[in-house]
Amino acid sequence: MPIEAAPRALIRARGLTKKFGSFTAVDAIDFDVAAGEAFGFLGPNGAGKTSTMRMIGAVSPRSGGQLSVLGTDPELNGPRIRARIGVVPQSDTLDTELTVLENLLIYGRYFDMSYAEARKRSMELLDFVQLTDRAKDLVEPLSGGMKRRLTIARALINEPHLLLLDEPTTGLDPQARHLVWDRLYRLKQSGTTLVLTTHYMDEAEQLCDRLVVMDKAKIVAEGSPRQLIERYSTREVLELRFPVGVQETLDGQLDGLGERVEKLPDRVLVYAADGEAAANSAHERGLRPETTLVRRSSLEDVFLRLTGRSLIE
Amino acid sequence: MAATAAPAAAAPRAALRFPGLRGLERSLMVYRRVWRGSAFSTLISPVLYLSAMGIALGSLVPRMTAFGNVPYIVFLAPGLLAAQAMQTGTSESSWPLMAAFRWNKTFEAMIGTPQGVRDIVLGHMYWLIVRIGVVTGIFLIVAALFGAVTSPTAILAWPAAILTGLAFSMPMAAWTATRKNEGSYNVIFRFIITPLFLFSGTFFPIEQLPAVVQPVAWLTPLYHGVALARALAFGQSLDPVALAAHALYLVALAAIGTLIAFRTFRKRLVV
Repeated sequence: MPIEAAPRALIRARGLTKKFGSFTAVDAIDFDVAAGEAFGFLGPNGAGKTSTMRMIGAVSPRSGGQLSVLGTDPELNGPRIRARIGVVPQSDTLDTELTVLENLLIYGRYFDMSYAEARKRSMELLDFVQLTDRAKDLVEPLSGGMKRRLTIARALINEPHLLLLDEPTTGLDPQARHLVWDRLYRLKQSGTTLVLTTHYMDEAEQLCDRLVVMDKAKIVAEGSPRQLIERYSTREVLELRFPVGVQETLDGQLDGLGERVEKLPDRVLVYAADGEAAANSAHERGLRPETTLVRRSSLEDVFLRLTGRSLIE
Repeated sequence: MAATAAPAAAAPRAALRFPGLRGLERSLMVYRRVWRGSAFSTLISPVLYLSAMGIALGSLVPRMTAFGNVPYIVFLAPGLLAAQAMQTGTSESSWPLMAAFRWNKTFEAMIGTPQGVRDIVLGHMYWLIVRIGVVTGIFLIVAALFGAVTSPTAILAWPAAILTGLAFSMPMAAWTATRKNEGSYNVIFRFIITPLFLFSGTFFPIEQLPAVVQPVAWLTPLYHGVALARALAFGQSLDPVALAAHALYLVALAAIGTLIAFRTFRKRLVV
């Protein structure tokens, strides 16, 4: 799958590889991220997403291939790159010995901002992530969603053009996730380039203009969420759930119901352009599922097709 | 929301880029909140040692004829000063440093910014200087109040004590970076720090030790720290060669520890 270099590529990787001893975490991947886009790495845990993000963030040396971030090599100009990007790591690395405001202030100082400047910026950011009233509190009593928002605010202290987010909403409840998504969406609207990893297809669909699907250290597909669904799945999916024990007895009876039939342990997925029609023909064949659901295809289906496995196992 | 405002490259920068300064700032920011908690023990520890060992035990000890015929407390105070620096330094490079690596992830956060490994190591060293400086400075003041300081050159025992602390705490910091957890600290404190505290000339001249173990004492860093601090505190018969040798030994340990720390911190943080 050759990739054309984007005209204003902020990140460009060719044959990018990361090894830990004999284990290959990232296996010769190619991708470009253009200025202003929201780019995602979708894949299960252990696919190599975090290793890739750490190489982009100029904190982890690569084992092979080429990588350019903001037009320069992270290995040669790490501090210069880190000065201009924002990073939201997978686990919050907030300073639990400091208050919410102090976390932002000292982070600004790490970027050599003056105290006055860091304070002004911190207050703006606390407002942006809706934590102004917690400014003087220590970090520990904050909820997971609040810590995540604070980590995002911290990553924005240096007004980065490029924001790296590693699993921005993993472990958050639905309401907290939507709040984070809303803030990220605003950043995207204001022109910040977002690069994020996720194993949630809804997150990828919500936020990403373009994404690559990673599995076992390699990129297995690339495109916009819509392109990927069109290319690797059908418009609709019919989900059939049979009483316990019945699914195993259906040998052959499901063949040809749709373009493709996928048997999961707990249900059968029938990929068809028209889910209702597939449901009707299943009924005509005398199949009696306990529940029948017709839904639109998602990236989950793309992932299943590409790897034969579910994203979240 | 100004996330897309002027390019970061154009953001105003502090004119001075002094390596390690930000790490110190972070430590001071924490210290500003927690200093009250440690202030009492910092103050009470010299009072307890000097009254129990210096005054009470010292009343049973004849004047130290080999050391200018001074009372025991005057002999003891600089030894305790150096030992206190050793203990403060090593403990600052053990659990708190492990916390910064593992639990609080202070360093992981720093390394994602323009700060580098060198800044982190030097920042820790500056913090050690401040922390050891505070503890030993208070010790010296208390010792003066106990009448255990007899010469104005005693002020020079202060940097000598800080140097002693660094000679222990920089190698300790380098070692902490190689540890997965805090399991071995108890062993270090029980089998290295405590014996050194007792047998490096802190409480009695090492000439009191059996002749065969005296050379071992010469090799221990605390012996040199104690000897240096004691000579400066008395201000008597200062032998420049001996002073320089003691100081050089301590400087070498601190410097080698720092150089190794650059490597071990890098290995730990840049993967």
